[in-house]
Amino acid sequence: MSDFIQAKNLKFSYINEIEEPPVRTEVLKDINLEIHKGEFVAVLGHNGSGKSTLAKCFNAINIPESGTVTVNGLDTKDEDNLLEIRKTAGMVFQNPDNQIVATIVEEDVAFALENMGVEPNEIRKRVDEALKTVGMYEYREHAPHKLSGGQKQRVAIAGVIAMQPECILLDEPTAMLDPKGRAEVMKTIKQLNREHGVTIVLITHYMEEAAQADRIVVIDSGDIVMDNVPKKVFSQVSTLKNLGLDVPQVTQLAYGLKKAGYDISTEIITEDECVEALERILADA
Amino acid sequence: MIKDITIGQFFPGKSPVHRMDPRVKIVLTMVFIIMLFVADKIWGLLIGIAFTVFAYAISRIPGKMILKCLKPIVPIIIFTAVLNLFFIRTGKKLFEAGFILITDDGVNTAVFMVVRIICLIVGTSLLTYTTSPIDLTDAIERLLSPLKLIKVPVHELAMMMTIALRFIPTLIEETDKIMSAQKARGADMETGSIVKRARALVPVLIPLFVSSFRRAEELALAMECRCYHGGEGRTRMKQLKVSCVDFVAVAVTVVFFAGIIVINHLV
Ligand SMILES: Nc1ncnc2c1ncn2[C@@H]1O[C@H](COP(=O)(O)OP(=O)(O)O)[C@@H](O)[C@H]1O
Ligand SMILES: [Mg+2]
Repeated sequence: MSDFIQAKNLKFSYINEIEEPPVRTEVLKDINLEIHKGEFVAVLGHNGSGKSTLAKCFNAINIPESGTVTVNGLDTKDEDNLLEIRKTAGMVFQNPDNQIVATIVEEDVAFALENMGVEPNEIRKRVDEALKTVGMYEYREHAPHKLSGGQKQRVAIAGVIAMQPECILLDEPTAMLDPKGRAEVMKTIKQLNREHGVTIVLITHYMEEAAQADRIVVIDSGDIVMDNVPKKVFSQVSTLKNLGLDVPQVTQLAYGLKKAGYDISTEIITEDECVEALERILADA
Repeated sequence: MIKDITIGQFFPGKSPVHRMDPRVKIVLTMVFIIMLFVADKIWGLLIGIAFTVFAYAISRIPGKMILKCLKPIVPIIIFTAVLNLFFIRTGKKLFEAGFILITDDGVNTAVFMVVRIICLIVGTSLLTYTTSPIDLTDAIERLLSPLKLIKVPVHELAMMMTIALRFIPTLIEETDKIMSAQKARGADMETGSIVKRARALVPVLIPLFVSSFRRAEELALAMECRCYHGGEGRTRMKQLKVSCVDFVAVAVTVVFFAGIIVINHLV
């Protein structure tokens, strides 16, 4: 099956039962989305557009109000599929402090496997592997609260990849990190995708991070408004600005130069491409 | 000042005491407590002291930790001593002034109780100094697991304890941050009457509570995402194993205990 995660006419609302009568907030209106195996998808959208809500639909935390979501062929509505789906699609959250359960790094990485009832020896093996993959093996006996933000977030990622999921959903994993931590986490994510073939769904506010994905999905008030490769998405600078989003700095530069009458492509998303284009302009002049 | 909490302070190490099975350590600590209360002759109590010193020596915990764990209970020690000294009126009269009467029985009991309390605190602290909190919770969970039969939520309690331990440093850090933020806005938390200082804590506690609830919600979600569904069918990475060290420790404790009983009967 090539469509690894499939959302069909997905509708989702939060219902606040405390109020009388219950208040309902419709968040996702009619989402149709397919994510293929091994893909690296970035999800963009301004605050409150429904990105997190969508991601939580992909691992059966949120159950669709109507429509269906299937993960690896398993329907998220079916209660019996719950653990299998969570094993298949792991999730990493924004604040590393609030997702680490144990007081020792390796114990935390083992948490999911212990819940799954894996044999002790097998847990040990997989924990060590996961820690090595994220480059935190030397810290396996440390207390998590003594690590830096980027390190904590990598431990959280290790805790998820120890489950050997086929897909990882990351909800703004770099939002609380400094530039160094951000780079560490992005490197780990890309490595998981390229070397281990893990499907990645990355929600982010950093356009430079989104530019590294295979595909970008832009969400606005619960609807998918763009779904294309990064070059095509970022070339629509004014549309993005109207949605309250930025473009990578280099794209912004190229866009400005183009407007000023220079002959430059608007499909520039990496620094290297930008340097090359600028060199060409300078050589022509 | 907030970081001075010694309860649960763990000193990693490789001493025989560190290597013991935490379950055995907990059981032996309890035996030790019983031992202290069984000893009712001065020689018996000296054996109790000897046992404590011996255990500290082989665990290589720095001696200043003994003082540190005693600091918070100084008022209790003084209170016990005074109570016994002045209110026991049996035995030979040693000193009398007005309504104050001090007898040799009083002095004896006071010394006994103080030594007992000190040994008790110092001895039980060794358990937390040499056992990581997670091992401790783990051991408690396993020791109490028979209670699951009568529907005591042992796993849930242990999980709560683990999470509490995990979040203590995080919350302490956060408290510090909020306090600094409030001080930067001119809050005064160090001077004034107790009432005034307590009131100054309100703007610290409220944000702390709010953020704790948010943390709890996020943590619950993260746990669910990692397949947490209660204690049923759960395995553990680290298996506890009783080894040679434990047998030796049990033997040593038995010898000391026997010594106390013998002395109780002989002297
Ligand atoms: N647990 C909840 N209960 C009620 N409303 C919620 C809840 N979580 C999110 N929302 C609302 O749903 C909308 C989308 O939120 P979210 O998916 O978190 O957006 P994003 O991650 O894109 O910032 C927001 O308007 C938010 O207020
Ligand atoms: Mg969000």
